[in-house]
Amino acid sequence: MSELRLKDLYDGFRDPETIRALARRITEEAKTLKEPLYIMEVCGGHTHTIMKYGLKQLLPKNIDFIHGPGCPVCIMPKERIDHAIVLAQVENAILLTLGDMIRVPGSKSSLSVERAKGYDIRALYSPMDAIKIALENPDKKVIFFAIGFETTTPMTAALLAQVEKRGITNLYFHINHVLVPPAVDAIMADGQAKINAFIGPAHVSVISGAKIYLPLPKKYSTPVVVSGFEPLDVLESILMIVRQKNENRCEMEIQYTRSVTLEGNIKAQTMIAKFMKPRDHFRWRGIGDILDSALELREEYAAYDAEKIFADILPTEPIDDHKLCICGTILKGLAKPNDCKVFGSACTPNKPMGSCMVSSEGACNAYYRYAEV
Amino acid sequence: MCLSIPSKIIEIDEDNMATVDTMGIKRQVSLDLMADEVGIGDYILIHVGFAMNRIDEAEALQSLETYKEILEAMEEEERRQVVESDDNCDNRSGA
Repeated sequence: MSELRLKDLYDGFRDPETIRALARRITEEAKTLKEPLYIMEVCGGHTHTIMKYGLKQLLPKNIDFIHGPGCPVCIMPKERIDHAIVLAQVENAILLTLGDMIRVPGSKSSLSVERAKGYDIRALYSPMDAIKIALENPDKKVIFFAIGFETTTPMTAALLAQVEKRGITNLYFHINHVLVPPAVDAIMADGQAKINAFIGPAHVSVISGAKIYLPLPKKYSTPVVVSGFEPLDVLESILMIVRQKNENRCEMEIQYTRSVTLEGNIKAQTMIAKFMKPRDHFRWRGIGDILDSALELREEYAAYDAEKIFADILPTEPIDDHKLCICGTILKGLAKPNDCKVFGSACTPNKPMGSCMVSSEGACNAYYRYAEV
Repeated sequence: MCLSIPSKIIEIDEDNMATVDTMGIKRQVSLDLMADEVGIGDYILIHVGFAMNRIDEAEALQSLETYKEILEAMEEEERRQVVESDDNCDNRSGA
């Protein structure tokens, strides 16, 4: 093959015969592993790939997956979901957010329930669509409830740059952008999850570079492979981990060489740094408060900051999950969805009790969709 | 949420917006986050309406070549195993 077709970027990385061959190669090489592998796939996108393509079933018993916290909707604590609901109820407000956020239950309601009551709540295809909505509704307060990890943060920064450039004054930002490395550190510091290797999400590193994982192998003696999201990407990453273990190496390696570099997208990083800075405290569902694990708007942009402007009406008390929901334990890598008593019965994608069942990247949602339950 | 879709640039307008082909579907994406110059025919990764980065064609082809080699090697191995198990078969009725 000398010329790449768009089709190859999809089909080439999903070919069933090659999936089987790569799984058999892993099975061969995993025979010499000295200890079982417990690989945390940090990102919910990887959990989805593993479940959709049944990768666990193709691999030997001494390779297991521990599902990580990399699902921005799943880790959102209820008090912040309540923020979105309170903001949607502000007089003359239009609340904007991305996809899955609409259906996540807060303490008493969800954005979809509030939308049905008549509040103007819209899911965007792109943050940039917020510009048009703000310009078309000059008498409204348009509030963008921004969510996502490093991958989605620069899009909010690009939107802020446009807002500044065009002098838009009726668009406000509620920033919930979170960071992967501090969450991984918090899980490892907790010490309860038996993790001895990591698959790092490639799209986070397309922006932030693979450099963000460089400290991990040294700190925790765990290999880290920055992996793409197609099934062959994930399998190749597992093979790279098996080889590291067999050769007594412990390194950060990049599998997704077609778009990840050590440095990442510097322009995107610069744009983020212009508008945002690390936030001292951010409470993660299940994991709790993690220092410097999220971002907030810089002081200079306080005029756009919905958390400052609407501070009087936003609840501040932490709100715990329903006592039967084990989302938090799953996000810490200590349980799997089918360990939960309400999984598939009282909690389903149509009537979710917890966030991990709502998001298409949530572990519970992936198990419900693809595993036989 | 963090997923991203490979697409091909088919047009770029003066507002730094590109029209891309995502598996036969045309859509508009912003190039505001692109550090390098990109042109028509380039492959890019799309996330929530933005191009995040270029896809390196040589690296993608290299990965596909590696997979092809593994597939061929494993098929060869499988054939060898079939022949070996046939050689070792005691209950052969014929000669």
